[in-house]
Formats: sequence, structure tokens, C-alpha cells
Amino acid sequence: MPANFAPSAADYLRILPEIIMTVAGVLIMLLEGWLGENKKRNLSVQTFVAFAAALVSAVAANGNPGLSFSNMLIVDGFATFFRVLVIAVGILSLFSATQYLKREHAESSEYYALLLFSVTGQCIMATANELIMIFIGLEISSIATYVLAGYLRDDKRNNEAALKYFLLGSFATAFLLYGIAWIYGTTGSTNLSTIRIALLTPGSETNVILAGTAAALMFVGFAFKVSAAPFQIWAPDVYQGAPAPVTLFMSAGPKAAAFAVFLRVFMTAFGPITSRWEPFVWSSALLTMIIGNFAALMQTNIKRLLAYSSIANAGYVMVAIAADSQIGVAAAMFYLAAYAFMNIGAFAVVTHFSRQGEKFVNVEDLAGLGWKQPVTAALFSIFLLSLIGVPLTGGFFGKFYIFKAALDANLVWLTVLGLLNSAVAAYYYLRILVVMYMKEPGEATLSLQPVGVGIAATLWISAVGTLVLGIFPSVVLNFATASSALVK
Amino acid sequence: MTALIFLIFACIAVFCGISLVVQTHPIASALSLIGVMGSLAILYLQLGGEFIAMAQIIVYAGAIMVLFVFVIMLLNAGAETPTFQASTFVKYLGIVLLVAFLGLISFIIQAALPKTEGVVFGGFQGTAADVGRKLFTSYLLPFEVTSVLILIALVGAIVLARKEI
Amino acid sequence: MVKLITKEGLIPSHVNKLFYLMAPFVAVALGLISIAVIPFGPEITIGPVTTWMQLTDLRIGILFVIAVSSVGVYGVALGGWASNNKYSLLGGLRSSAQMISYELPLALAVAAPLLLANTLSFRDMVNYQSGYWLGFIPRWNLIPEIIAFIVFMIAGFAETNRVPFDLPEAENELVAGFHTEYSSMNFAAFFMAEYSNMVTVTAVATLLFLGGWQPPFPAPYSDVVPILVFALAGLIAVYHGLHPARRMDKFTLPATGLVFLGIAAIFGLSLFVPVLKTILMALFWFCGKILILLFVFIWVRATLPRFRYDQLMRFAWIFLFPLAMLNLLATSLIVALTTK
Repeated sequence: MPANFAPSAADYLRILPEIIMTVAGVLIMLLEGWLGENKKRNLSVQTFVAFAAALVSAVAANGNPGLSFSNMLIVDGFATFFRVLVIAVGILSLFSATQYLKREHAESSEYYALLLFSVTGQCIMATANELIMIFIGLEISSIATYVLAGYLRDDKRNNEAALKYFLLGSFATAFLLYGIAWIYGTTGSTNLSTIRIALLTPGSETNVILAGTAAALMFVGFAFKVSAAPFQIWAPDVYQGAPAPVTLFMSAGPKAAAFAVFLRVFMTAFGPITSRWEPFVWSSALLTMIIGNFAALMQTNIKRLLAYSSIANAGYVMVAIAADSQIGVAAAMFYLAAYAFMNIGAFAVVTHFSRQGEKFVNVEDLAGLGWKQPVTAALFSIFLLSLIGVPLTGGFFGKFYIFKAALDANLVWLTVLGLLNSAVAAYYYLRILVVMYMKEPGEATLSLQPVGVGIAATLWISAVGTLVLGIFPSVVLNFATASSALVK
Repeated sequence: MTALIFLIFACIAVFCGISLVVQTHPIASALSLIGVMGSLAILYLQLGGEFIAMAQIIVYAGAIMVLFVFVIMLLNAGAETPTFQASTFVKYLGIVLLVAFLGLISFIIQAALPKTEGVVFGGFQGTAADVGRKLFTSYLLPFEVTSVLILIALVGAIVLARKEI
Repeated sequence: MVKLITKEGLIPSHVNKLFYLMAPFVAVALGLISIAVIPFGPEITIGPVTTWMQLTDLRIGILFVIAVSSVGVYGVALGGWASNNKYSLLGGLRSSAQMISYELPLALAVAAPLLLANTLSFRDMVNYQSGYWLGFIPRWNLIPEIIAFIVFMIAGFAETNRVPFDLPEAENELVAGFHTEYSSMNFAAFFMAEYSNMVTVTAVATLLFLGGWQPPFPAPYSDVVPILVFALAGLIAVYHGLHPARRMDKFTLPATGLVFLGIAAIFGLSLFVPVLKTILMALFWFCGKILILLFVFIWVRATLPRFRYDQLMRFAWIFLFPLAMLNLLATSLIVALTTK
């Protein structure tokens, strides 16, 4: 390494989205001080501009793929896919948050800044090619999300959510870090490709036990972040307690980014010891689907119900990881994109419906929504049908590709059990539809205000996204397949 | 000689680590943790990571743990009272299981260890200049990104602690 | 000191015994340990042996001193807490907060000369400061780093809990602060710790900013200085001792004077013995500088009133810390521009 190492222009270009969002986050906090109270409305616009610029630069960076900053970062199709995904999630959660914050009289620059920083962390995770970068990105994303979860700090539910998320999350991060220490001790490197080479080197068979231990510890950390069983217990409480737009954000963004690093670490670094970790991922996938779907059956709170649904969906992605193939990676990428749209849409409806102080968050409160606000209800139906996996929606093709990948990998039993689980899931999603359309409007529905601009934007974008993925899946799938060959 | 020093301080570290968990008084636990940090610093020093060793003492023992102790004193936290009384059977079973677990772990490590490369005392380039050079060349990005991490931790703490939103 | 050790030690019944007894020893051990890395003079050769006038040379001696001083707070904090007395506790808490706050400007002030000399070892630091500008201005760090020196000394006062930063033992507010409950040897240990910390701070200041054992004048002139100083002191003592007005000191003053004259003679003699000369000259200048700084400590104690606690904190964070930071920035800018 030369002593006068200075990053090149290409290096900067490859990390431009992160730079834009970080600078914007800092500027927005300063701007609030300079502009004063009455200009707060502009903050969301500025945040949007930052996100849009980051999105453009993320796409632009893909034109010049490669490693940068001494192999710390890697920009490839996979990274770009997840970068675009998490930035899109950021934009959608921004749209739905503005109105919510105004409703709760809690709009401030810090919310937007933390949102930007959190997405920055997720972008770093998506591009990281090094365990240290993964760890730092994960921490940035998580800490910002912990704070967002407890953002309305006078609300007891927020406090509970933030504290649970923080304590358990820190614990899980410690596992991840311990795993990183093990792998560094075993292979002498934290670079994913170097670890892979070290594990492939003949004569390194003895290291397999140590590397396996490291993989197990890191599995704990990642499984927590994606809320996969048996580390999913935090998710329902946190999703229920956090402010609705934050739940919307953290059920999609951090989860997608965590899956990105999960895939990259386990496919690249731990690729040579697949036979060791595959049974764990297999059983975790099954357990996650079963717990998520069956627990969701009994929920009356819609946020909690969607939390369990999000656990179940993590289980489907785990199936794709267990397949351990390029098709599996592509399927996971596709599914995460589809899931992000339909889940954000569903939570946006909850955000809209819950009203100030989140009074109306029970499934029964939705009674008669189909008659009071037919458009909202129709869009909500699209998301729910997509979550079930009905054809012509993104959810259908997501599940289809995942189970196809699993079948190709001879995971017949996992596929069968997964399909049965999807059937179970249909029950609780359909129950919401029944309540919406077949019941008389109650107090909650009758007092409902019209949909605001921000929420409407979120709903329409998500709905279009879900349908596009359902009708023209090949566009995204081709890109995912092309970039699923991770740099080894 | 080096092996002896290593053994002594490794034992102190382990002893302090156990003491940290076993002690009922928070101050005693905090002091045990300082003991762990200090003996780890000595071990780093033995490996040649002199800068890391000093940073360990300055940052952990000298700054973070002082704040811990400060807060414990300020809150005047008393000794914790056991919330449940484990039965004698459970206690003895726990000891047996612990020994079995330790045996298993050490067996695994023993099985894997002889063929992995050992660490050489003083074989690590860890002077301040080396660390600084690494930090600003190959590890430039993590170094810079960490500042974002610290920034959001600060912002987060302020958001959660201030009087009004 | 001996008097205090031979006194009966009282252990109040309400204290936490282990920590109560541990605290003074932690304090004194940490106070004394720094001296291990402080060099008193240059390399010397006595016959076949070549050695440094230093117990041990760490490549990171300066970091070591900072590390030890950062841990030093435990003695005071623990003592205050273990005494189980609210005054002691307040004293201990104050000192923890104060020492953490002043640790930062202290470390930043130390960093500036480090940048100039590009080393973490005390020896190289002193060697860097050898020589003279224009033949007579010593190349001490004091001149380019005068701001760092002032910040260092102020923070040093606070780190050692001396007036005007002796909030932890403010007697009109807190009886005697953290050592209210201590007596006998334990009490003496706290004081030993405080004074040894003072010596450490002044020694570090001397090494970093005042050129260590390097004399302030070029060699031929500086060699004469100790002889002159001691001879003058001896003559004054003898003169006053023989003065009829001072009956009481009839014996001690002339004796002291003779001792001083003897020392002057030894220095004179050493001009002809190279080995002795190196040792003595280094010791003279090093100890002389330390003593001058210690004199400043006592002087300040007799002159300045004590800060109020909030003033103390505001001073550290709003004035001292940014000042040290700016100084460090300026220094690093200059170093970056001048080195290739």
C-alpha cells in the first residue's frame, strides 16, 4: 500500500449516494436552525431531493462497477439493486411520515436526518465487501432505527419499542461482532473474498470448525436483524409500539439491507462451507414461516398482524437462501423488492387509518372501509392479495421464484411446507378483506379524513410497483439474475 | 517469561470477567470490568500492539468506565437482590453443565488449534505510526464512516433526551 | 509523612471496607507509576556501561502517561464513594467529572508538540528540542506551542485537583471532600498521590515544552550557571547565618550555606570530569525547570480563588477545549505544509 494513498474520482463516484445522504442529513439539521419554525414544511422536500439525488447517483455508480477504497466497497449489480431498493423505501417512508409527524405535532429535522442516516447505513451494508464495513453500516442503520422507533418519546408504546429494540439489537450485534472476531482469528482477514480464498485453500479443512462457529455467531446476528426464528421475538412488540411510518420503514429497509449482507456474507465468504450452515438456515426458514403465519392468525391488532406477516415473509426469503444457488439469490432479491412495495403499502394504509395517537389499530376498526373510501380499500386489497401471493401481483412471482429455486436445490420438503404456510397465511389476510368489505362502517371508519397527498403518493407508488412486478416480472428478474452472480 | 506474563494476565482477565458477573454490587462489577480491560491491554502490549494497548486503557478504562462508575455513584445504585432463589439441585446441575460445556469448547478449540497458525508475541506491527498509516490508507473508509456512526449516536441521544420535540 | 504513617488508622464503621482501603493505594500507585517512563537526562557512559537516565523507555511513553492519568481518577472517585459520606461522595463525583473534562484539553495540548516532533517517546521529544535558533534562542516547543503549553498547564492544575480547581476538596463546601473520612497513612497516601501527580505533570510539561534537560543557553555559558546559582545561594545563606539578628539560625543557615557552596564546588569540579558533567548538568536543568513549575503551582494556590463548579465546567468545554482544538488544527496545518 503506497503511503500517499488518496481516493480516486472513481472511488468517490462509487460512494456518492452515501456522501449525498450524509451531507444532506447534516445540512437539514442545520437548516432547521437557520430557517426557523415556519419553514419546517420544506424539510421533507429537501429530504426528498437528497433521496432523489442519491437514487440517481446510485444508478449512475452502476455504470462504473468495481471495488473501491482498498476493497472496502464493491459496486456491482447486487449492490446497486439493494441500494436502489433501500433508497426507494426511504422515499416512500418519507412520503408517509410527513403527514403523520404533522398530525402528532412532532415534525423536526432530526427525524428526516435520522431517516437519511439510516438509509445511508443500509446503502453501506449493500455495498460493503468487508466485515468491518458491514458492521459499521449495520450499526448506523440500527442506531438510527432504534431512535426512530422511540421518536415520540412521550408515548409509552414508543418507549417500550425503542428500549426492547435497542437492548435486544445490541445483544444481537454483539453476536455478530463476536463472529467477525472469530473469522478474523481463523483466516486473518475481514475481507469477504479473502475469507473465501482462505477457506478454499487446501489444508484449511481444520479451520472449518472455527469458521463454522463464526458463521453460527454471525447467523445469530443477521437472523435477529431480519427477524428470522428463533430470533424473531422482538419484532411484534417493536413493530406494534413504534410510530406507524417508522414501522413501515423498518419492516422494509433495514430488513432488505440485512438480507443483502446475509446473502453476500454467506454466499461469498462462507460459500465453501455451505454444507455446514445450510441445515441451520433450512430449519430457521421453516420455523420462521410457521411461527409467523400461525401467530398472525390470532392477532387483532393490525400492526402486530403485519409484524407477524413480516416474520413469515422473512421465512420465505430464508428458503431462497437455503437453496444456495444463483437462482436463489435472484429470487430473494426479487421477493425483497416485491415485499418492500406491498408491505409499505399495507403499513401506509395503517398510518393513514390509525389517526392521532394511533387510536384505531385493530382489525375490526377497518370495518366498512370498502364503502367509505373505496380507492384506499382497493389499493389495500392489492397489497393484501400480493401478500397472499395471488397471480398478477409481485407477491405471486416472488413466491413462485423462491419455491422454484428451492425445488431446483432439491429442497422438496421445505417447498411443500412453505406452500402450506402460504395457504395458512391466506386466512388472516382474507379476514382483513372480509372486515373491510362485508361489515357495516363503524365509528373508526365514519370519522376517517380523506387521504393526504403524502400517503396517497406512497399508496399509488407501492400499488404500481406491486402490479408492475406482478405483470412484468421479467424486467426486475432479469436484472436480479444478471447481478446474482456475486463477486466471489 | 513472556508466556508466564501472558498466563498471569490471562488468568487475571478471566478472574475479573467471572467476578464481573458474580458480584452483586454494580461498583464492584464495574471495577472488575476495568480489571479485564487493564489485563487485556497488557496482553495487547505483549503482542506488540502498543498503541492499541494504550488506547484500550485511555478509552475504556479511562473514559468509558469512569462514566459508568460516575453514573453508578450518582444513582447510588445498591447491591442487587436476587429475584429468585435457585434450588440446590439446579445450582449443582448448573456447575456440571458448565464444566461439560467448557470441556466441549476447549476440546473443539484443541482439535482445531494445532493446525492453525499461532500468534507470535510481539509479532504484530502495532506502533502508533503503523496504526495511523493503516487508518488513513487501507482503512480510510471505515474510519471516516465511523464518524457518521458517532454523529447519529449523538443526534439520537439528544432527540430522546430533550424536553420537547 | 512518617508522623502520619505512625498514627493510628481509623476505619469508620460505615464504610465499604475493601474499596475504602483500596482507594488510597490505587491513587498513590497510579501517581507514582508514571515516573517510570520519565527520563531525567541523556545517555551516559560510566566506564563500560552505557545507559539512559530513565527507568524504562517506552516508544509510547507519552501515551502511557496520559493513560495512567486517565485511570488516576479512580482513586479519588472510589475513595469518595467508599467513605459512604455525602460530602465525600460529592467530592468524588466532582473530581470524576472534572478530570474527564480536563483530560480532553490536556490530551489535545499534548498532541500539538507530538505533531511537531513526530514521536511518542520522551527521549526523541527532548532530542528534537535540542539546539538553538539564531544561536541563542532555545529550540523548545514552548515558543511555537505557547498556547498548548498554557492549556496544558491549566488542565494540569485541574487534573491534579490543585487550586483553583480543587473543587473535590473545597473545604468550605465539602468539609475535606473525598478524603474527609481518611486518617493516618491512608490520608497521607492521598496526599502523596496528589503531589506525585504534580511532579509528573510538571515533568511532562518540562519534557514536552521546556526542552527537558537541555540548558536554555549554549554550552559554555550554561555550564557556569549552576556553579553561580549554588555559590550565590551558599554565600547568601552564610552571610545571613552570621548576621547577628538571626540568633536562632546560627547553626542551620551557615551549614546549609556550606552545603550549597560544596555543591557549587562539585559542579565546578565536574567541568573537568565529562561523565559527571553530563549527569549533573542534565539533573540540574531538569530538576530546576520542574522546581520552577512547582513553584508556580504553589504560587497560584496562594494567589487565586477557587472556581465555582459550573464555571469550571464551562471553562473546560467552552474555552479550553476549542482553544486546544484550534491550536492542534493550526499546528497540523503548519506541519502538513512544511513536511514533504
